[in-house]
Amino acid sequence: MRAFTQHQGIVAPMDRSNVDTDMIIPKQFLKSIKRTGFGPNLFDELRYLDEGKPDQDSSQRPINPDFVLNQDRYRNASVLLARSNFGCGSSREHAPWALDDFGFRVIIAPSFADIFYNNCFKNGLLPIVLPEEVVDQLFCETEENEGYQLTVDLEAKTVTTPSGESFSFEVDDFRRHCLLNGLDDIGVTLEDADLIRDYEEKRRQTAPWLFNSGN
Amino acid sequence: MVGKTLYDKLWDDHLVKQRDDGSALIYIDRQLLHEVTSPQAFEGLRLAGRKPWRIDANIATPDHNVPTTDRDKGIDGIVDPVSRTQVETLDKNCDEFGILEFKIKDQRQGIVHVIGPEQGATLPGMSIVCGDSHTSTHGAFGCLAHGIGTSEVEHVLATQCLVQKKMKNMLVKVNGKLGPGVTGKDVVLAIIGKIGTAGGTGYAIEFGGEAIRGLSMEARMTICNMSIEAGARVGMVAVDDTTIDYVKGRPFAPKGETWDKAVDYWRTLHSDDDAVFDKVVELDGSAIMPQVSWGTSPEMVTGVDGAVPDPAKEEDPIKREGIVRALKYMGLQPNQKITDIQLDRVFIGSCTNSRIEDLREAAAVVKGRKVASSLKQAMVVPGSGLVKAQAEKEGLDKIFIEAGLEWRDPGCSMCLAMNADKLGQGEHCASTSNRNFEGRQGFGGRTHLVSPAMAAAAAVTGHFVDVRELMH
Repeated sequence: MRAFTQHQGIVAPMDRSNVDTDMIIPKQFLKSIKRTGFGPNLFDELRYLDEGKPDQDSSQRPINPDFVLNQDRYRNASVLLARSNFGCGSSREHAPWALDDFGFRVIIAPSFADIFYNNCFKNGLLPIVLPEEVVDQLFCETEENEGYQLTVDLEAKTVTTPSGESFSFEVDDFRRHCLLNGLDDIGVTLEDADLIRDYEEKRRQTAPWLFNSGN
Repeated sequence: MVGKTLYDKLWDDHLVKQRDDGSALIYIDRQLLHEVTSPQAFEGLRLAGRKPWRIDANIATPDHNVPTTDRDKGIDGIVDPVSRTQVETLDKNCDEFGILEFKIKDQRQGIVHVIGPEQGATLPGMSIVCGDSHTSTHGAFGCLAHGIGTSEVEHVLATQCLVQKKMKNMLVKVNGKLGPGVTGKDVVLAIIGKIGTAGGTGYAIEFGGEAIRGLSMEARMTICNMSIEAGARVGMVAVDDTTIDYVKGRPFAPKGETWDKAVDYWRTLHSDDDAVFDKVVELDGSAIMPQVSWGTSPEMVTGVDGAVPDPAKEEDPIKREGIVRALKYMGLQPNQKITDIQLDRVFIGSCTNSRIEDLREAAAVVKGRKVASSLKQAMVVPGSGLVKAQAEKEGLDKIFIEAGLEWRDPGCSMCLAMNADKLGQGEHCASTSNRNFEGRQGFGGRTHLVSPAMAAAAAVTGHFVDVRELMH
């Protein structure tokens, strides 16, 4: 996995709450058997005026000029500023894959849905929870200042504005460790293979019905 | 010592290792696989040169992409080549690694969350995962069950474990008795309406109280299924006689002495009387009306006697903006009566409501009636080949067909429109599925979430109506 230590980038504001994973990447694009190539269809139904189909050349499609990522000032954004409960709904990891493929590295919101939040860390994307009033302030600053950038430091657990104002955020130590070092967490778990085998052996004795493969 | 909640017990029983940093390794007893979220996981295993840890813990079936017609053609019946490739990829992966799969022509094929319980592959006390957020369904059996992403599917395939952090405990207690015509679906929609779509985020929810205890396993599955729509990955119901009776005799269920031993253990799967929950929410079950969602989030829901809200009356600016946007998308007016919403299609199916009891409830309403001529389509999609066979044995298919509903083959179908079944732009659908998000059932489609009985009532009238008015 790609490591994440520090990142500085342009901020795009996604000013609506409860953005669901169907909105982030609609179902017709989940038919791919790959992890890549979802970027052109990120927020497809908001971004384009027509109905998106897999294997289409998105550069030829009519775009929705009102959608934030279609505005010149946000086209190269890599930090997504969002509202509460971002990523709710389906467990599809295609949602972080699409955000990543578009070029996002950080998502900041007052809250995230659990499964989406977890999926981000598996893909080198950093979801950051900041208090509602801080997020409000960042929305104002982003909209008022073209080219507004934020600097994120995962080691120090801080988000810093262009004026030097800094906000701390919380992140689980294990997730932070994996992300900072770009660790493959399957490899980390397999270091405990003996413990897993011991557990399994004990369960075979105490709860044999869990190992019944049907008839 | 303070008592444990059901979730505490399930967590402790599956704990392989507690790490110093607060994370833990949790053992997974069962993984369910389907074609949409597994191909990249199998590919990851291959790229890393890893093998599945325990093959017999996995069961697979194609469900999201399968067509609900022409199933005798098998995979060749899938018209969309991209969908076909995904189903073929699941077949190849399961064949390569020796994983049990109920393939497209197998009568046991169906929606993963229907077939697990149906086969007894979902047993009380198990930890169960699937790359699908509605895995919470299995919590109805007193299981620790939740959806995961594809990287975690790979992690479970490779290690039989997940790295987790313990969630907080929430008890949702539904007191009293439900009125006639009020179903598990209405209960869970009412709960989501009360606590909101993020109300359960970070919690494992246990559903309890007299109303829940009085429900069948299938109704409990409907409730746990939609825990995720309240933000909770995990929803559970304590084990009781209803649970044990349902499991008995199913293909994967233990038998003989092992059964007795299992039952002894399963009977411990309830929260202790002195268990402490981080949050408790109570509802009066007798006051719950049949529910209808009006907006683009499952929390945007009201009783069938209600009306679409007026954003002018909402004080919170973000919520107000959300209502305005939802009404625009849904093509509804503030204060419009729910019963005045005219429908284009009716969909009865999905992992929320496609089991035999759901079909019985719908059939009881449409029996002797006809689908309203204003509807373009009303369809019934059973949750599995075995549900379909059972329904046909009971003659439910004939009731539906005589009333003018289409009787289809099993799969996820119009719940998320990955196959050919979808809504057209601007069409209103009474749907027994779980999500009313923008575009969920088709580009520009407008979904209203309801129970099977309410969907059936809508099918025969062409608009929403309190199903209790049609019951004799």
